[in-house]
Amino acid sequence: MSLLEIDQLQIDFRLRGDWVRAVDGVSLRVEAGQTVCLVGESGCGKSITALSVARLLHTPPARYSGGQIRFDGTDVLTLPESDLVRLRGPAVGYVFQDPGTSLNPVMTVGSQIREALYLKDPNLANPTEVARRLEWVGIPDPERRARDYPHQMSGGMQQRVMIAMALAQEPRLLIADEPTTALDVTIQAQILELLVDMKQRRGMAMLLITHNLGVARSVADQVLVMYAGQIVEAGPVAELLAAPRHPYTRALIASVPELGHATHRLQGIPGVVPSLGHWNAGCRFAPRCNQARPECSVNAPGWTEPTPGHGVRCPYPIN
Amino acid sequence: MEPLLEVRDLAVEFPIGSDLFGRPRHIVHAVNGVSLAVDAGEALGLVGESGCGKTTLGRAILRLIEPSAGKVLICGEDWCRLSPSELRSRRRFAQMVFQDPNSSLNPRLTVGASVAEAIEIHRLAATSEKKMARVRELLEWVGLSGDAADRYPHEFSGGQRQRIGIARALAVEPRMIVCDEPVSALDVSVQAQIIQLLQELQQARGLAYLFISHDLAVVEHLCQRTAVMYLGRLVELGPSRQVCGAPIHPYTRALVSAVPRMTGEGVARIQLTGDLPSPLHPPTGCPFHPRCPIAESRCRTEVPAWKEVRLGHWAACHLAAG
Repeated sequence: MSLLEIDQLQIDFRLRGDWVRAVDGVSLRVEAGQTVCLVGESGCGKSITALSVARLLHTPPARYSGGQIRFDGTDVLTLPESDLVRLRGPAVGYVFQDPGTSLNPVMTVGSQIREALYLKDPNLANPTEVARRLEWVGIPDPERRARDYPHQMSGGMQQRVMIAMALAQEPRLLIADEPTTALDVTIQAQILELLVDMKQRRGMAMLLITHNLGVARSVADQVLVMYAGQIVEAGPVAELLAAPRHPYTRALIASVPELGHATHRLQGIPGVVPSLGHWNAGCRFAPRCNQARPECSVNAPGWTEPTPGHGVRCPYPIN
Repeated sequence: MEPLLEVRDLAVEFPIGSDLFGRPRHIVHAVNGVSLAVDAGEALGLVGESGCGKTTLGRAILRLIEPSAGKVLICGEDWCRLSPSELRSRRRFAQMVFQDPNSSLNPRLTVGASVAEAIEIHRLAATSEKKMARVRELLEWVGLSGDAADRYPHEFSGGQRQRIGIARALAVEPRMIVCDEPVSALDVSVQAQIIQLLQELQQARGLAYLFISHDLAVVEHLCQRTAVMYLGRLVELGPSRQVCGAPIHPYTRALVSAVPRMTGEGVARIQLTGDLPSPLHPPTGCPFHPRCPIAESRCRTEVPAWKEVRLGHWAACHLAAG
């Protein structure tokens, strides 16, 4: 049994009176101590999938219309509201992209971390433990910094406080949605090292959402590529990035400017991600795919595994 | 040949707070004695972490922020001495593209009206028909259809809005565009398209760019030369391949080593301790010394000179060796 098992998850949103599908049959597994990365362009359903793991979506406008989410064997979607508290935080921790809107502006960062520690174990809610958590995330002078309010810190510091709060409860699964996107590369590298360290020392599993394939390469074990509400490719990180099977994955990789490879001509992907409710009948990527055949826009492709452990949603995978 | 843009010892100071007599309590030196040059048709990248002063420098060059000292020569003319009306007429030569296309386009104006505004201000079209024909031509240059002119910004995606921003900058036929993080808010798939567009425009129209970005890989792809900024000063400037591939300054080395690589290759990461110091209380000597892994005692007292370490490759470091 995996730590997190999502099977055929379907999520709809109410949009101008109609239900439109945002996540369409997503299945994934995260093993204990494993890091899984969800990649893809904005608007593909990555964040919605991540929020659903601890049932953080507001219903309505959202609706879980199908599939199953099991965390450590517990069926999350049928869990009574009162039990969700035990799931959120101690079991599944979250770090969001924008620390500015996720921290409480009228509480010092120290008391916010103390609150998280208290939920884990009331004995841990003391200044020494708070300072230790701040030290974990590389905040210098932690005793003094604990007395700061969020606005007295830079964005990078705030993000590290968010991560310290999530890690304070030592969750078994950390879900991080673009945790380093707003940060400078030097701080980003520091945070990624911290997350890898937490995984190695405490066996924490991680579901990381990123659009940065370089970040995925440096922390992930498995990569899932999402497009228009579906997973279109999944496999071990090195293999998937070196030899992508889906044309979308290949096009994404060809769009990334890589340091030291400036002679590569960046390709880009023509067109845009289809908006909710405007997915075409066949393959959803077909209108932007440079190797689409006429039948691609008619027949919806199924999931195949041309090599064990490396799956793709394309009838004509790249060799 | 005289460069298109020449910046000499440019400084920007911001007063912070004020005492009883209205005098500023502190002065922040956001840009501190920066000199650089951009040739016609060249793209110069300007990289650095947030708060290093790169945006302030870009804006000061176009006098969107008043510099406190130094010179900005564009086509040989010192922009710092221009009167407001002269400055207005010279804006034709150097334009700006901003990071966030959502907040830099007027939501109540059609795209055509937004692009046409600059043409009207500089009286570049004799008749209204000519003006609209020109607007359509500009929109096509940046890869949109001409009938986009009648639509409003909210009808477009982020990448398309950035194209509109570029079309608007191109409307006055500038020789140079200052681009402030124009692709940072975009998905990689769209970012690649905009980089391609900027490259095509550079080749087809001989445009020069000052390209401000925190992303070294993007700068290496687009720019012939790269300048690295730290706490208001330039610390390194040279051909992009060399700055990114064989950096001289320890700060640049740390930056390059921190970039995550998709291929999994790369160099051992150089760990920097601490955050960027507050520009209110910059360190003495070399501004980088508190975080520098190889700092010596003189780094704490002497400001390092700006010297040409390799041909065309400059750095400000006491310990730099070619």
